[in-house]
Amino acid sequence: MPHLFLASFYTLVSGPWHWSVSGAVIAAVMFLPLYAGKEFGVSSNLRTACTLAGAGRKYAFFDIDWRAQRWNLLFVAGSVLGGFLAFYVFPSPEPVEISAATVDYLHSVGISGPGETAGSSFVPAELFSLGTLFTLRTLVVVVLGGFLVGFGARWAGGCTSGHAISGLSNLQLPSLLAVVGFFIGGLAMSWFFLPLILQL
Amino acid sequence: MRYLSYILIGTLFGFVMTKSEAISWYRIQEMFRFESFHMYGIIGTAVVLGILGVALAKRFGWTAIHGRELRLNPKNLSVPRYLFGGILFGLGWALTGACPGPMFTLLGQGIWLIGLVLLSATLGTFTYGVVRERLPH
Repeated sequence: MPHLFLASFYTLVSGPWHWSVSGAVIAAVMFLPLYAGKEFGVSSNLRTACTLAGAGRKYAFFDIDWRAQRWNLLFVAGSVLGGFLAFYVFPSPEPVEISAATVDYLHSVGISGPGETAGSSFVPAELFSLGTLFTLRTLVVVVLGGFLVGFGARWAGGCTSGHAISGLSNLQLPSLLAVVGFFIGGLAMSWFFLPLILQL
Repeated sequence: MRYLSYILIGTLFGFVMTKSEAISWYRIQEMFRFESFHMYGIIGTAVVLGILGVALAKRFGWTAIHGRELRLNPKNLSVPRYLFGGILFGLGWALTGACPGPMFTLLGQGIWLIGLVLLSATLGTFTYGVVRERLPH
């Protein structure tokens, strides 16, 4: 009965995956470029984007051969496609099931939980729907948040994929230090700055 | 063919990022508030398997395709760049709820504002390239 098999396969692939399955697939995704002789790291693409925009003519840091990074640009193009497939073709049957404590906290700061309002699926509509673009808090989240990610990743020489996954796998002390930094910054934002920004 | 394989690996990455829910702003808040094991389980599993894989590769001298070396470039240890750069990155990660991989993935789900986050992130990278000589590394 291939029909039944396909149906259960679809359900299995669509549903949220257990963390252990996700972690194993992420490890596999790290090893595949490694096997091809490449270094896994997503944030390098932002540097390549600057090079493509011509920043290399004036700043040595961007004077690199973008062709050597072509594989990585294709990788992120693929991840856009993967996001599309996972969201529209194999949609999850249930909203993100975060803990009740987190939902209670978010309600207390005026943010709806997953699936509670139209547009709140993986991200809250209050911060990421197009209609909120010109509110001060969305501008801070989008403009300041993005800037910090791009600046910090390059200063630290990598982001979550390069340091927390690849770097720690290679037992690199610098990567452990970077991950400690990620957490100091993340904790300061979540516990201290974010509640203030959400009041804007 | 070679290029197609990178697109396919990226597609798998975007898929697992979505199904693991690591792309969710909610999951990132939950993680930094220590209110669930989910994200720690994902990163922990990936790192443990990664350590095992890298150790096996080194022990048995596995090479990349066509006999090339596996590129796990050890980085020079210095404190300021990893700590300060890491802290700035962490502040941005908890605010946008997305690190660079998930940003691209969310774009595929029609979260258009993420396009602006990516633009700001590129501007941040550009600014780093301009001022890097004046930063401690």
